[in-house]
This record gives sequence, structure tokens and C-alpha cells, in this order.
Amino acid sequence: MAKVIKLRKGLDINLRGKATRETLAVDCPGEYALMPDDFCGVKPKVVVKEGDAVKAGDALFVDKLHPEVKFVSPVSGTVSMVERGDRRKLLSIRVKSLTPSLSKGEGEDSRQFTPPSEGTGEAIKALMLESGLFAFLRQRPYDVVANPDDKPKAIFVSAFNSMPLSQDFEYVLQGQEAEFQAGLSALAKLAKVYLGVSAKQTAKALTEAKDCEVNIFDGPAPAGNVGVQINHVCPVNKGEVVWTMGAEEVIFLGRLLKTGKVDFTRTIALAGSEVKAPKYYKVKVGQKLTTLLNEKLTVKNEKLTAENEKSGAGSVRIINGNVMTGLKTTAEGFLGAHATEVNVIPEGDHADEMLGWIMPRFNTFSTHRSYLSWLFGKKKEYVIDARIKGGERHMIMSGEYDKVFPMDIYAGYLVKAIIAGDIDRQEALGIYEVAPEDFAIAEFVDSSKLELQRIVREGLDILRKENA
Amino acid sequence: MKSYCFPKKQLVPGWGSKYFIFHFFIISLYIVYIMNPIKKLFDNIHPYVEEGGKFHAFRSLVDGFETFAFVPNTTSRVGSVNIHDAIDSKRIMSFVVIALLPALLFGMYNVGYQNALAAGHLADATFWGMFWYGFLAVLPKIIVSYVVGLGIEFTVAQWKNEEIQEGFLVSGIIIPMIVPVTCPLWMLAIAVAFSVILAKEIFGGTGMNIFNPALITRAFLFFSYPSAMTGDATVWVAQDTILGLGYKSADVYTAATPLGEAAQAGFQGFAPETIQNAITGLIPGCIGETSVIAIALGGLLLLCTGIASWKTMLSVFVGGAATGYLMQALGLTHILWYEHLVLGGFAFGAVFMATDPVTSARTECGKYVYGLLIGFIAVLVRVLNPGYPEGMMLAILLMNLFASLIDYCFVQRNINMRAKRAAIK
Repeated sequence: MAKVIKLRKGLDINLRGKATRETLAVDCPGEYALMPDDFCGVKPKVVVKEGDAVKAGDALFVDKLHPEVKFVSPVSGTVSMVERGDRRKLLSIRVKSLTPSLSKGEGEDSRQFTPPSEGTGEAIKALMLESGLFAFLRQRPYDVVANPDDKPKAIFVSAFNSMPLSQDFEYVLQGQEAEFQAGLSALAKLAKVYLGVSAKQTAKALTEAKDCEVNIFDGPAPAGNVGVQINHVCPVNKGEVVWTMGAEEVIFLGRLLKTGKVDFTRTIALAGSEVKAPKYYKVKVGQKLTTLLNEKLTVKNEKLTAENEKSGAGSVRIINGNVMTGLKTTAEGFLGAHATEVNVIPEGDHADEMLGWIMPRFNTFSTHRSYLSWLFGKKKEYVIDARIKGGERHMIMSGEYDKVFPMDIYAGYLVKAIIAGDIDRQEALGIYEVAPEDFAIAEFVDSSKLELQRIVREGLDILRKENA
Repeated sequence: MKSYCFPKKQLVPGWGSKYFIFHFFIISLYIVYIMNPIKKLFDNIHPYVEEGGKFHAFRSLVDGFETFAFVPNTTSRVGSVNIHDAIDSKRIMSFVVIALLPALLFGMYNVGYQNALAAGHLADATFWGMFWYGFLAVLPKIIVSYVVGLGIEFTVAQWKNEEIQEGFLVSGIIIPMIVPVTCPLWMLAIAVAFSVILAKEIFGGTGMNIFNPALITRAFLFFSYPSAMTGDATVWVAQDTILGLGYKSADVYTAATPLGEAAQAGFQGFAPETIQNAITGLIPGCIGETSVIAIALGGLLLLCTGIASWKTMLSVFVGGAATGYLMQALGLTHILWYEHLVLGGFAFGAVFMATDPVTSARTECGKYVYGLLIGFIAVLVRVLNPGYPEGMMLAILLMNLFASLIDYCFVQRNINMRAKRAAIK
């Protein structure tokens, strides 16, 4: 019987526009893009030129420091653009797909890999490196792409996301149980695998998964964060490395082992209050969002232009990933590598709400009792826009973060140590165990409106540089 | 027409179609006559106060007022969380001010009551007469406190190119409440300036200060002008008329606070009426600290909204009661243990000052220790130090200093646990 770990701290935010359990396919002829920024901590080195023909599974760029870690094209086609920004920073590599309609099951001319027959750890690792799946492994500390030279003490996979408007992995898993198990078994060759399952999930493929230790987590968000699960099961000490992988990416690995082909097809949730009928969609990593969002939002397509973005007329915020952790993007953007959902919420930059500091604001969600949302119960769904709703201040209230931070870490003190740049103290307070996403809920409830995720990300980057 | 009011769907729930016309009418009036002009006014002012504008020196001031009038439309940046809780420091500080109002209003009434009592006109004084007298006696102090304090805050915010921080909204109303009614305005102005600059702004403003600025103001007055703060017991009661209201006492009237009486030789314990009056608040004392009932109302609001920590508040009372009981048992004093809790500034300090999140302990366990020690030291000073009948101010200031040490111990425990875990592996 799996161990049940009960978490009390945290917060479930009930947002309007959850995806219903129905999956549609979306056609995406045209461009796909792979963005190096989705893979934290990587110095990208482009290995293709514009006009090159690539197959799904061919490397587009590699990590300069570890050239064996490859980042591969999700589709077959021709490289249409190598997009660079300021100081020639690589922004994206775009591939124009040759296959007109992927969703109709038209076979794609993917690169063929040969899954190792004996299945040793080294062989699995070599296959993952070559096929670009290794790039989806992340490591603690630093929350960056894993280093193939490391020997991790464990690999953690969280089978649920507890953030609002997130994908329901149990639903996504239906019909892909075999691939998921194959992926887990392969990972188990590299290190001990821990699978974190929610108390609400009952699928046998999860609760009785083989070749891994299953732990059941019962509690509010961010219980689904792999960082929280690591902290409770097998905390990271200085000098140790733990790898993590997204649950859906484990399915990618299973598919690769089964068919020998790279197939980055995800079932993502298109959710949020500004989506007309929130549902699941079968899409590919790097797919252009225009194809996904077409006619599905409350605002008209033609309004999603760059000019309107600036003037803010009836604007919505399209988020590449989850509303708590994802990056704001535009309809012209591309689906991020790790995004398991696309959330769309109101931008709210023309709300002009008067005297908010004293109004009752009945329809506004707050964890604070000076608002009345606690009276309406947990069933009420809220529409929350992207406004910060206050000015940034020094940390004034105490214990705000700790209430929603289910780890035995003093979150407020850690954040202060990061702001102060005191590396010894960061280490002592447990920075190696955290990732920016673990602070998402704390950032939401913070009355001082500090950008915790950004602070933690920058702190981790500096620390990594110092320790290198 | 573009509506400058609540976002749509933000109206009061349950207002069905029955009230629609009425509702629509009120909201339209509100938008046309109040909201749009104010919004336009701010939009018109903006170019003047921005960088390079004619009145750039007033940017922080305009910003401050605008963010009070409208919730800022700024949306979260890329790379941070996309949605935010509606709570902000403006709301928190405003609620503390609201929580202070019962004690302030009662304090005003009590000023009038004590004035009438001193002049021997209690029988013919009316409720409103006494209240307005107190109102007029206290209002100048509130104005001076806010003008001096906010003036400095606005200047510093402008200078550092920051937003105005709301912390002084609370300090600015607490300060008049913890001084005697006869405190001269010039003294108050100097003390406020001293504390805002040296206790707060040099540390970096709200959230960074070590000591509670309101208490530093009082401590400054207490040590610089002792005769105006305690002294010969004439300071607690206003004895002159204000704009024709109130009464002029015939002779110099002396009325010590109950704690002052207790510190004098020959004290044999309080009469039950004194304690009754201390609970209702009809005793001489600092303006806002006398009524336990009014303070309790404010305390209730702070606890319900979760702004003040119940851990700190409860432990101050427990610490005070336990120490009071001990002192009483040892025969060191004639004040009974529960009397300590209702007299002087104990209740006010426990509810409004000890719970200041910035200067109190920040760890959850630390809050118990912090509170217990405040209660302990306050009573200790009251009983064992004949020079100071009141010990709450000193107790809180002392513990402000030690709050970070208390936190250090609890944080260090977490650090040691982590170090030990790493060593075992």
C-alpha cells in the first residue's frame, strides 16, 4: 500500500473556466518552434541552418556545455527561421511542417531510433540523449535541465498538477497507460523512481504503477509540485542531485521505446474564464497557438493583434502554461515545451476599479478575511484578472508565505536571504530544495506583491554560477 | 460610454432585475458625476508630474492619491505569477485604522468626561458636549501627527523614487492616542519627526524598521519632556475650554492615573469602582488607551481579519497575568493580577502595538515567546521599578529589539535540522 502524505498548508484557488473532459484534435499545418528559454540553464548552440530539412527527432540545437544533450524538432519539415534577439540571443528555431494534417493520423516521416534491447541504464540514457528526451529531465538543485554526468539519487515524477486550471493527468493518461508504465520502467534503470499521486486519483496505472515507489499526497496546491513531494519523501541535501520529469513527458519516453519514433503529442487543457468552451486538445510541442485559439476565446480573433495588445482594448492574457507559473504570450506565440495547459484570463488593465482598498468587493477572491470571499465557500468560482492589485512593498506581514508553503523551509527568510544575496544563508535555509514554481501560491497571496518566482529564479541562477 | 467604476460583474450579488432600474440609476449617477471627472483629473495631471514635468516634485503625492482613488491597473510582468490576491498593504493598514476607531472615539469622549469631572460639572455636561470637546482637543494632534509624518514620508518617497508606503497611516493615528491630552503640539511634531526619520526611514521604511515608530515617538517624549508625559499628574486632564466647549477648572486639579496612584506610598489596593471604570474607560490616561471595551472591539476586528496574530496577542495577556499573579503571590504588590491587564496601556499595547507584524517576531513559535516576554517585562517594570508606574512601552520596545534574536533561535533550529540531515547521509 502506498504511503499517504497529508499536507495541510497550501491554497486551492477556484477559477472559472476549468476544462471539461472532452478531447478535440487541432490541425496545425505550418510553423512549429522550439524555444531555448523553455529549457532553463542551457546555453544553446544551433546545429541547423535555415533551409535545412529535418525530421522529427533531429537535433535543432544542443547545449554548449554538454553537446550530447540534444533539443530535437517535434516535426519533420524544413527549418524556416532561426530567430535571434538582442545580442544575438537565440529566441527560437522554427520548423515548417511538411505534413499537412497531423491529427488525421497521416504518418510522419520521423527519424527512426532503435530502442535498446537489453535496456541497461547507460543504453536508456544514450537513447534519451540522442532522441531529445533527456532535455525534458530537470534537476534539483537549481531547477535546470539535468546534467548527464550527474548520478541522481532519485527521479521524481508528479502525476498531478494541483494548480488552478491545470490539466487533469488522470484523464490525459486514459489509453496511454502502457506507454506511461514503459516510460517509468525505463527511468527506473537510471535511478530509483518516485511517483507522486493525488489522493483524488484512482486510476490503477497510477496507484499501482510498477518499478517505482508510489506516494499519495493529500492536500491543497502546491501538493502537486514535484518540489513539495521531494521535500517530504527524499529531501535534497547539498551535493545531492534529484532529477524530475513531467508525467506527460514520461509518456513521450514510453512512445519512443514502443515505436522508435519521437512523438511530442500532448493533450493539453485550454482553460480559463476567457475561453468559450474549455476543453482538452491534442497538440504538439511547439505548435503555433493561433491554430489552437482560433475562434475559441471570448474576444474576436481580429482583436488579438499587436496594436490591441498595446492599447489594451478588451484584451486577454494568453498564458503559455499554467496561470500560476506560465509565461504571458500572444496568439502568435508557440506552445512551450513543458506547457501542459494554455490558460486565458482577462488582462484587466482597463478595469479602473475605484477605492478598492475599502470596498467590500464581493466578487473578488482573496484569502484575506478583510474580504468576504471566505463566506461564499470553496465552491464559488472566480474570475481573476492579471492585475497586481497593489503596490510592491517590503515584506510587512509575517507568516503569509509559510501558510501556503508545505515544506519545512522558512520561505520568508529564504526569500530575504536571496534578496540580500547571502549565499551561505540561502544554502542553510534550503535553497537547493526549491524551484520558482514552489513559490507561485506564496506569490499569489503576498500582500507586499513581491515577485517571488522571479527572485527565486535569479537567486538560483546566481548560486549556480557561484558553485560552478 | 466608457465606465470608470467597478469592473463589470463586480456589483453587489443578489441585486436581481427588481432593483435593476434603481441600481442602474445610482451607478450611472456615480459614474457620471464622481468617477469620470476624478479619473480625467488624474489623467490630466499625469503629464505634469512625470519625469521632466513642471511639477515632478509632487509625483509621489499624486501617485499616492491616485492609488487610493483607483486600484492600479498595472498587470503582472512576464515571469511572475499571472494572478494576484486582492489583498494589499493599503487594505491591511486601512483595517488597522478602522480597528483603532472605537478606542479613538471613546478616547475623545473620555477627554471631555475627565474635563467635566475636573471642573465639577459632570452633572450638567451633555454626552455630545463632552464628545465634541474631546474631539476638538484631539483633532489637532491627529492633524499634526499626520502632516508631519506623512510629509516626511512623501518627501522620502519622492527622493528615493518609490511609492508611498502606507505604514504611517497606522502610526499616525496611534501616536495621538498614546500621549496625554495636554501634550503640546510642537512637542508632538518634534517627536513624530524624530521617530519617522530615525526609527523608520533610515532603516528603509515600512517593513524594515526595528522599533515600532509610534512607540519611539512616545519614548522620545517620555525621556525628553518627562514633565509633560507623567510628572505632577496634571497632564492627564484637559482643564481649559476649547471654542467655548468644556469647562475651566477652578484650581489646579490633579488626577493621577490608577497606576500612578498605585506607585505612591501607602497604596493598599484598588477600589472595585476603579477597575470597573478602567474597563469602561472613564479613567485618566493617554487618550486612546483607557477603555478596555473599545480596545476589545478593535482587537476583535484585527483577529477576525487575521491582521494581528492571535498568538502574540494571547501570549502578551497570558504573560502579564502570570507575572502579575506571581508578584501578587510574592507579596510585592497590592495590584491584583487581572488588574494589570485592564489598567494603563497594557490592553492597548497588547492589541495594537505588540502585534505590529514588522517589529514583532516573524516565526510562528517565536510569536509565543515574544508575547509572553512582553507581558512579563511590562508587569515586572510596573511592580519592581518605582520610577515608572507604566511598563508597557518599555516592554514592547525592549522586545522589538529582541524579536530578531527569538526568530534567530527558531530559524537556526530549522537550519540545524537540515545540516544534520545532510551529515547523516
